[in-house]
Amino acid sequence: MTVRVQTADFDIGAEIARLREGHRSVGAIASFIGTVRDVNDASTITGLTLEHYPGMTEAALEEIVAEARRRFDIRDALVIHRVGALAPGDQIVLVAVTSAHRGMAFDACEFIMDALKTRAPFWKKERLPDGERWVEARASDDEAARRW
Amino acid sequence: MARMPDTSLSIRISVRVIYLARLREAFGSTGETLALDDNNAPTVESIVRALRDRGGAWAHELAPDRAVRFAVNHRLARRTQAVADGDEVAIFPPVTGG
Repeated sequence: MTVRVQTADFDIGAEIARLREGHRSVGAIASFIGTVRDVNDASTITGLTLEHYPGMTEAALEEIVAEARRRFDIRDALVIHRVGALAPGDQIVLVAVTSAHRGMAFDACEFIMDALKTRAPFWKKERLPDGERWVEARASDDEAARRW
Repeated sequence: MARMPDTSLSIRISVRVIYLARLREAFGSTGETLALDDNNAPTVESIVRALRDRGGAWAHELAPDRAVRFAVNHRLARRTQAVADGDEVAIFPPVTGG
């Protein structure tokens, strides 16, 4: 399974071990893990709720991974994104890419994250000590995605 | 003698519209079925205009200067994309995952 959307946490070691299993031609594994911060825009964050668009989310992630496979010489890729209620320190997203050499693994991992940030239908709502607020999209994310 | 169909009669198409994240809260709705006039080659923008005409939160959130994103049948779409009978059209704020 190349992409997963789930409420449960994930074990990075187990996921990467599974991704590498049986692929002796792999010489590089690049991974990115996004986590919940306890501060954003100078406000204390007590938690996050991640909403998504079931049906589209998986398709959008699959398409991003397929595009990464076309653009970069990689062996395999995995994307896990959590949804639901999360606390500061919790893992949100894992992107892991295997390839023969590090350059393609680094590039594909970064491409997948930049594309996910602008094309995958997830929305974060932050919980603060005095209420809730939707996270606003950042222009820097659009710029990062345009580099590719 | 058979008469030609009256082309002035409008043909209606039906689309499922989905509201997500902040827009779902602002509209107080997860979605609805909208009937559109098929004679004018309806697009995503036709839906936006119809919703904006309701005023209030609809006019505010869908104002031309607001950043709004769309998907037609689970694929990102531009305002100019045509919509057809039975399509699912999602309207949502710019995404903030990752």
